[in-house]
Amino acid sequence: MSSPWYPDARPYGVVGSFLTPEDLLRATQRASDAGYRKMEAYSPIPVEGITQAMKWDDNLLGWITFFGGLAGACTGVLLEVWTSTQAYAHNVGGKPLISWPMFFPVLYECTILFAAFGATFGMFALNGLPKPHQPIFNAASFARASQDRFILCIEAEDPNYEEKAVVQFLEGLGAQDIESVMTTEGY
Amino acid sequence: MSLKDMNKEKLVTGDWDYAGMDSQIGGVVLDPARHMEAKVPPFLAKFMPESVRSPWWVMFGIGFVFVNVLLLSITILVLTGIGVWGNNQPAGWGFDIINFVWWIGIGHAGTLISAVLLLLRQQWRNSINRFAEAMTIFAVMCAGMYPLLHTGRPWVAYWLMPYPNVLGLWPQFRSPLVWDVFAVTTYMTVSILFWYVGLVPDLATLRDRATNKFARVAYGMAALGWNGGSRAWHRYNHASIMLAGLSTPLVLSVHSIVSFDFAMSIVPGWNTTIFPPYFVAGAVFAGFAMVIALAIPIRKWYRLEDFITMKHFDWMAKVMLATGLIVAYGYAMEVFYAWYSGQPAELALLYNRGNLANTPYSWAFYALILFNIAIPAFLWSPKVRQNLKALFWISMSISVGMWFERYVIIPLSLTRDYLPSSYGYYTPTIVDFGMFAGTIGFFIFMMFLFIRYLPMINIFEMKELWHHMSHHDHKEHETVGGGKH
Repeated sequence: MSSPWYPDARPYGVVGSFLTPEDLLRATQRASDAGYRKMEAYSPIPVEGITQAMKWDDNLLGWITFFGGLAGACTGVLLEVWTSTQAYAHNVGGKPLISWPMFFPVLYECTILFAAFGATFGMFALNGLPKPHQPIFNAASFARASQDRFILCIEAEDPNYEEKAVVQFLEGLGAQDIESVMTTEGY
Repeated sequence: MSLKDMNKEKLVTGDWDYAGMDSQIGGVVLDPARHMEAKVPPFLAKFMPESVRSPWWVMFGIGFVFVNVLLLSITILVLTGIGVWGNNQPAGWGFDIINFVWWIGIGHAGTLISAVLLLLRQQWRNSINRFAEAMTIFAVMCAGMYPLLHTGRPWVAYWLMPYPNVLGLWPQFRSPLVWDVFAVTTYMTVSILFWYVGLVPDLATLRDRATNKFARVAYGMAALGWNGGSRAWHRYNHASIMLAGLSTPLVLSVHSIVSFDFAMSIVPGWNTTIFPPYFVAGAVFAGFAMVIALAIPIRKWYRLEDFITMKHFDWMAKVMLATGLIVAYGYAMEVFYAWYSGQPAELALLYNRGNLANTPYSWAFYALILFNIAIPAFLWSPKVRQNLKALFWISMSISVGMWFERYVIIPLSLTRDYLPSSYGYYTPTIVDFGMFAGTIGFFIFMMFLFIRYLPMINIFEMKELWHHMSHHDHKEHETVGGGKH
């Protein structure tokens, strides 16, 4: 399927929309049972259990945050120990050069700061953001996925993808506004 | 409404659906007409042209005027020097530190609501967390101005940070003031990150709803291409929980560290171990007072009664009552410590606080007791907690009281320490008052810009809450927010 204006357009997938999170969850479960693997559900609110229905899980972000925190703690300690023993070794009120109880607050704040960077930027990076335009945005119903529609997209990359069959499958699930989405983007 | 009825009330009242919530909350941002709906009092309306006759313009105008007062005060300060403030020996700290601590404290309610209540799964936070977080950010901005300007040369404020420089100088990490730099900058950064992460799905909603091209592009850029995919939500929820888990110890540490500025010294009245917990409780106390004081008018002006219900006010008032009692306990312990230490300087301080006849500052101490303990005691009454006018004025009283708390702590101790020869009196100047009024104006200015351009209630969390609650309709006992009533 190509259009005269976008000769490189390729199919991205077929989308269908649902009215409630429960319908979306049921549809996703059925699609997963039917053997589809490359799919994504778009919703205005997080839908509990939907990633399990897709047989997908990812806990990488916890590790990114943890290592962020660890890096922060090391930065804090090294900064304090190096400046007060090497770069600027001064006797302050007879206290030892490494006065660790006094060094705790800065190391603590650095830990939290770097862990928060890990959690925030890690989340954005894993989600592939920022990416202001994505192929799914070409779906006419997509604008409502951030408002009041729950959208399931079965993607063309799926080994079982066959447009007509997918359309029929989604119809069978009671989806509305079924359409096939084209894209010119590399993904 | 009786107490019994109220406990049955839901956290979202009225008849809503997803789209209705979008237009009710998101519409405040996308539809300028929403800002013109509420009426201004007739005595003001007389002076206002039709096109700006609304509370939003009144508040924005007040904010704008005082932002200019702030700019003027800062200009005088920078051109002349720190001498234009009332600080002088022996009171090296004055309005600058009082207001710094006051503003930081106000900010803490935002983090408490967004982080601590998220970890405790208190869903009533959902309708107030967004603007409480915004309040945090603007309050920390106001707070940050004071120490920066008090350095005397704010253009070299970066000297506070550790970086290799030709002077070969590094910060002294044993100083609580350096801890403060790290604590406050970390707090500011993490608060902004948390706030922004919370905003991203709502920005995507605004992007998809906006009809104006500029708004669509601007919100689209800010939303970073959020698509609401289930994988994205999965990581998003992880990130929110982790940021909440990180912000909770952070918020406790920030005000503890602020209190170390005092507690680590040997000045009479400051060197006590009660300072960190009682500063943190005081921060929450002041912060909730500010949330209530802002929520009451905004809820009315923008018809958000269904999202910020009387139940929210009741619970916020209870949080104020509880933290107020902790603060009262702190004051009692300060008196006890002073007596129990048996030290002449501490006892003299007690005398200076309590004796109305012969001491210059005791009026402030009694004002503190009045505003912070006596007036908030009315919150014990459920009827007062349900009376918005009373609640508004009690919140104002707490804001004033918490300011007096810092006033009692700072100039009194500094002008009455160990050497009678260095006794003195602290008198703030007009520039001090200008800065203080100016930061309040700056806060109002920023809050109302925020209300105009960003959704002040978390849209997706309200939808989630509404969805959750509409599924528990049949189970009457489930008041969301935990616990049986």
